[in-house]
Amino acid sequence: MSISIDRSKCVGCGACVEVCPGNLLVLENKCARIRDVRDCWGCTACVKACRRQAIAYYLAADLGGAGTKLYALDEKRTLTWRLEFPDGSQQSIVVDKTQSNQY
Amino acid sequence: MFAAIRLAETHPELSILIVEKANIVRSGCLAAGVNALNAYITDGHTPDDYVEYALNDANGIARRDLLSTMSERLNAVTRKIESLGLVILKDADGNYIARGARNIKINGENIKPLLAAAVKSFSNVEVLNHVNVVDLMLNGSTVIGAWGFDVREPTIYRLRAKATLMATGGAAGLYRPNHPGFSRHVMWYCPFNTGAGYAMGIRAGAEMTTFEMRFIALRCKDTIAPTGTLAQGAGAAQINARGERYQHRYGNTTSERLHAVVSENLNGRGPCALETIGITVEQEKALEHAYLNMAPAQTLKWLETKMPPSIANVEIEGSEPYVVGGHTASGYWIDRKRRTTLRGLYAAGDVAGSCPQKYVTGAFAEGEIAAESIAEYVAAHDLLPLDRFNAVEEVERLFGNPRGLYSTDELEEAMQQSMDEYAGGIRSNYRYTDAQLQTATAHIDRLERLSEGLRAESMYDLLKIYELRERLTVCRVLIEHLKARRETRWHCFAEHADYPDRDPTFDCFINSRLVDGKVEIILRRLEDDGIEEH
Ligand SMILES: Cc1cc2nc3c(=O)[nH]c(=O)nc-3n(C[C@H](O)[C@H](O)[C@H](O)COP(=O)(O)OP(=O)(O)OC[C@H]3O[C@@H](n4cnc5c(N)ncnc54)[C@H](O)[C@@H]3O)c2cc1C
Ligand code: SF4
Ligand code: SF4
Repeated sequence: MSISIDRSKCVGCGACVEVCPGNLLVLENKCARIRDVRDCWGCTACVKACRRQAIAYYLAADLGGAGTKLYALDEKRTLTWRLEFPDGSQQSIVVDKTQSNQY
Repeated sequence: MFAAIRLAETHPELSILIVEKANIVRSGCLAAGVNALNAYITDGHTPDDYVEYALNDANGIARRDLLSTMSERLNAVTRKIESLGLVILKDADGNYIARGARNIKINGENIKPLLAAAVKSFSNVEVLNHVNVVDLMLNGSTVIGAWGFDVREPTIYRLRAKATLMATGGAAGLYRPNHPGFSRHVMWYCPFNTGAGYAMGIRAGAEMTTFEMRFIALRCKDTIAPTGTLAQGAGAAQINARGERYQHRYGNTTSERLHAVVSENLNGRGPCALETIGITVEQEKALEHAYLNMAPAQTLKWLETKMPPSIANVEIEGSEPYVVGGHTASGYWIDRKRRTTLRGLYAAGDVAGSCPQKYVTGAFAEGEIAAESIAEYVAAHDLLPLDRFNAVEEVERLFGNPRGLYSTDELEEAMQQSMDEYAGGIRSNYRYTDAQLQTATAHIDRLERLSEGLRAESMYDLLKIYELRERLTVCRVLIEHLKARRETRWHCFAEHADYPDRDPTFDCFINSRLVDGKVEIILRRLEDDGIEEH
């Protein structure tokens, strides 16, 4: 698991840098960078913090990953996860924050 | 955070400081969220039932007094976190819905932001984010605070306090992980919890207990996502490659469930999996949601491979070993007030020992107990002066070291490899012998010496060096504990190949203390409950 940052979408707001539990993200020339992708735990804190959807989370090749990117849009009542498959197709899953897990 | 909230609510006259290496909004174990409250007294059960369950799961090596003082508070802290905004599943009458005998179902994705918001609402709580604490500060053997440094700015903090609560979690990254390459940090326990709190206590001479009862998580293969949601939530049983349900042959304690998988694999009946084929579409959707709320990798894997749990069973594997007092019983030796053996120092959560199966609500309960004890203590004690403060020289030395042959990363990898090969890692199916442990000690000694010469060029480098050194200290003590328990009390968690059976001689706690640089082992009776009056 790791993350990839799209530098063209990043506006350098620093929200992701603030929340990473491993202090792995830094701002460099007003753009976020991960110090070492191998150190990412995959907690998705940065993915949820990025209002610009500039950070995607993906399964690394050694974990069986096949190139799909996962984005999150964190809003007051909902957390919307968006999967972008390698063929360009997309799927969204909306989680209502006021509802408990059924399991 | 829970301890700070308790103290702030009940003692507005006190000033409280939380020091956090990351940011309390998303730090530590629960950065991604929490999937259920694993420690709760459900209808028809009592706190005593919980105590008996935890004692049985630990094969007797846990403290009844600690378990009971924790269990009595589990439901009250649950109500408290619900009042702070945690969503808990309820029936039409407003009762919590159980997931198994001791768990309740929640939506815990935002548990950390909720706690952080509560902390911020108190004017007598200050938070120092991105400050990594390195060591305790002492007056004799009384703890009078700690020092740390900003991981982003060249600033060292000398933080003096009448009382200090250690809540730095357990230790991950000691052993070679399941995926040592690109995904080296894809592990169950938080890779940024490096055992700092254990190491600080060890160096200051605090007594530690039961490090040898390692925790090894049984997890979904590759993603290392929790299995409880599938096993307890969706009722999926473990099966081997022949489709046989084998669990009944091994027992059902936490270590036995892992042992079952290891044994089935060794006997050529692997891989093992959770039997999910045939679950309904509704169940599958609910699982996708549940995993997004705590381990999104699993949902991603199901959706991108187009192998959802209804058509493919979910393969499982054991993680590398961790030292973590919230699941097993490793940590500070404390009394029921959560006082450590060092005056002025308290411990709660994964860093505190002898109180296994505490999970998040148990950590809250211990935080509350510690907060109440701290309030009593600070009312009766003055702040003592500091003996000496060498931190600046120490940090300057690390910045001044010449560039050497080895990097921090290399030494960390060498440590993980040595622990894996010689101290019962994944490679040896978690087993070890006396001869191997001796070799492990030699490697850890060598790496500790080499770590002295590491050079920092930034505050982040400094963080990495201290994290490595904390882990090496924890490894050293862990190996001595593994040597000292000359029996096999728990499969996998402490499987001594020279002593494959349980031995009643070891119906005792194995404790330790660092004396003149050496780990001294102390055997304590199971009835022992604590610490002489401070
Ligand atoms: C992936 C995962 C999932 C879990 N899921 C569940 C679940 O579903 N249900 C459940 O009941 N329990 C669950 N647990 C267990 C539960 O999270 C822990 O028992 C609980 O969080 C322990 O609390 P703690 O305060 O001891 O540790 P943590 O919550 O990890 O807090 C320790 C804090 O100390 C900080 N820190 C560490 N070192 C330093 C230092 N040197 N200086 C400054 N700060 C430092 C860390 O950044 C961290 O914020 C889970 C654990 C993990 C790892
Ligand atoms: S996923 Fe988590 S660990 Fe990885 S970079 Fe983002 S915040 Fe940090
Ligand atoms: S949160 Fe997003 S936009 Fe802001 S710095 Fe990080 S990547 Fe860039």
